[in-house]
Amino acid sequence: MAKHTLSVLVENKPGVLARIAALFSRRGFNIESLAVGPTEHAEVSRMTIVVNVEDSPLEQVTKQLNKLVEVIKIVELDPNASVQRELVLVKVGATAETRGQVLDTVQLFRAKVVDVASDAITIQIIGNVGKIADFLRVLEPFGIRELVQSGAIAIGRGPRSISERGKPVAVPVPPAVNN
Amino acid sequence: MSDQQQSGGAPSTGAVTGAQSLVKSLEAAGVTDIFGIPGGAILPAYDPLMDSPIRHILVRHEQGAGHAAQGYAAASGRVGVCMATSGPGATNLVTPIADAHMDSVPMVAVTGQVGASMIGTDAFQEADIRGITMPITKHNFLVTDPAEIPRTIAEAFHIASTGRPGPVLVDIAKSALQATTTFDWPTEINLPGYRPVTRPHAKQIREAARLMLDARRPVLYVGGGTIRARASKELLALAELTGMPVVTTLMARGAFPDSHPQHLGMPGMHGTVAAVAGLQKSDLIISLGARFDDRVTGNLDSFAPGAKVIHADIDPAEIGKNRHTDVPIVGDVREVLVDLITTLRTEADAGRTGDYEGWVQFLAGVKKQYPLGYDKPADGGLAPQYVLERLGALAGPETIYTAGVGQHQMWAAHFVGYEKPNKWINSGGLGTMGFAVPAAMGAQVAMPDNTVWAVDGDGCFQMTNQELATCAINNIPIKVAVINNESLGMVRQWQTLFYNSRYSNTDLHSKRIPDFVKLADAYGCVGLACESPDDVDATIAKAMEINDVPVVVDFRVHRDAMVWPMVAAGTSNDDIKYARDLAPQFDEDDL
Repeated sequence: MAKHTLSVLVENKPGVLARIAALFSRRGFNIESLAVGPTEHAEVSRMTIVVNVEDSPLEQVTKQLNKLVEVIKIVELDPNASVQRELVLVKVGATAETRGQVLDTVQLFRAKVVDVASDAITIQIIGNVGKIADFLRVLEPFGIRELVQSGAIAIGRGPRSISERGKPVAVPVPPAVNN
Repeated sequence: MSDQQQSGGAPSTGAVTGAQSLVKSLEAAGVTDIFGIPGGAILPAYDPLMDSPIRHILVRHEQGAGHAAQGYAAASGRVGVCMATSGPGATNLVTPIADAHMDSVPMVAVTGQVGASMIGTDAFQEADIRGITMPITKHNFLVTDPAEIPRTIAEAFHIASTGRPGPVLVDIAKSALQATTTFDWPTEINLPGYRPVTRPHAKQIREAARLMLDARRPVLYVGGGTIRARASKELLALAELTGMPVVTTLMARGAFPDSHPQHLGMPGMHGTVAAVAGLQKSDLIISLGARFDDRVTGNLDSFAPGAKVIHADIDPAEIGKNRHTDVPIVGDVREVLVDLITTLRTEADAGRTGDYEGWVQFLAGVKKQYPLGYDKPADGGLAPQYVLERLGALAGPETIYTAGVGQHQMWAAHFVGYEKPNKWINSGGLGTMGFAVPAAMGAQVAMPDNTVWAVDGDGCFQMTNQELATCAINNIPIKVAVINNESLGMVRQWQTLFYNSRYSNTDLHSKRIPDFVKLADAYGCVGLACESPDDVDATIAKAMEINDVPVVVDFRVHRDAMVWPMVAAGTSNDDIKYARDLAPQFDEDDL
């Protein structure tokens, strides 16, 4: 099994997320993470979907996704030619004795403290999967009380935009006789 | 006809109700016939429908409306339309929608939904039909803004009828039907995510032609896509140009004439020995609008082990889904055939043709040695296969035949004999019992000049025969041949073969209850019965003479007849049985 990151451009319409999630579930794929948000075009949303599958079932699910009328485009992002980021908010125990060590770790990973309480600190970290995993491993001994993680978002490197190719084309409504 | 007359006095521009806009949109999309049942949420639409030239046929169950729309579409190639109210009306359409999705039938289902402000409140007769039908439609819509009605209907018909055809559901909130809006029929469709590829890639065509010339044991594996693409003429041309053997799947019966010497018949679980062997021992399968369904391939790992595959389909997701493909061709089957013919003609002019002589001879031998056949019942009773054989001979190739699902369907597929496309209409992928009668009704409405015979089993018939009332009242004179073996015959056959003849819950007693002749009579149809082979011709002739009302013939057949040949589920096509305990012997040296 290998990890694949799919960028999916979809029409910004109600129900699109349900369609895509249902398709993955019906074909037996477990979505590792999914993030949806607006893009530079108001009518287009972008989903970043990370799945753990073999190549050939991935091809089938990509084709099935492409059949959805509201899916405009799907691109698999090569990890070596793209930037991938996740956001984590984590609440860690920090007593008077350990607070210094926790703050050192925060500095070391270029994370950020976003809330402080008497015996706990809430930290924000942004990074790729590897960096976040390392960070959490280091924090583990201090006691992770709560953790929330966003799905990955990803973008290709270089000057080209994902939406540049395959511009939408309108087709004339066929004459009524053919119905 | 002016716009004013077309939709209840509403002008083409200016204020109309959402309901008037819907009816005008359906007219603009070219709809002439709708099958449906009104109810609370869709009620506003039925008022302007009364003044529209569109013929609305009031069915007795929404499932009947859906299958009728399918039969209508399959017989004519036009989009079939059904209409229902919210909640149970809509959920009753689920089976035909799923059926149309599996068999790529162009269909638009219009359903009423509770008012927009009530959606999500568990209102009376509310069901999330858009959510329910997401996995079984090509696409679906929920309309709450009345201004969106014309564009949505235009898109629905475009999506249903282009690319790989399929069902589209348009769910419209009652509040949108009641609101005041304007009617603007769009001049263009703007669906950025929907661009079906119909033109095949030239490089793939060249590669396919090369494989076809190099092959020694090729076979044209023809699926239902060939019928949807209206490509029968081109198929015949390619087959005759190359001399390749042809098999037609259950969905493609009639795409290639059964009487043609190159035709090996239907492949699959109940395929002819020649068709199954033709695929199994081939070195090149040219798949044309087929999808390597499990009922065709049997155990996939041992299916046609020596064959390369050229897979032409308009749906890229079908290519390589079940079977590895050597040459994928995405495109409309007709365009693929035209391009292959052009390329192969050029090759032939340059003296390059394929050499399939030994292969053709081998398969001709298999076909001769293992023809379609059946045993006559020892007790002199009626063989179901004989009924279908005579029906095909007497009703002829212009007749449209529909079928339900089970033994009668397989016998009808084999023994009627099909010469033309769109004459055989059945439920292939979903296997929906009860398909035949409403589908025949739809086919008859689409093609009033053709005779339409529904071939049904006694089990299937009892699932949807209420539409006989619809047929009798609306002058839709279908004919129904009930192949009555008083049981769920195909299930019983499996019980005979795989469950030690323990017949758990398959005996329907339908030679006793109900009396199908009286039932027909009660529905205003003519009922006939036949239980002797000597009476078959006369009974069919009598049924054929009646053209003003529907006819139901109760063919009381021998109950132990089985469908042969057969490849048991999950086993290899190599293990096909010609009859019980009789495996065909191939002389491999002939290959």
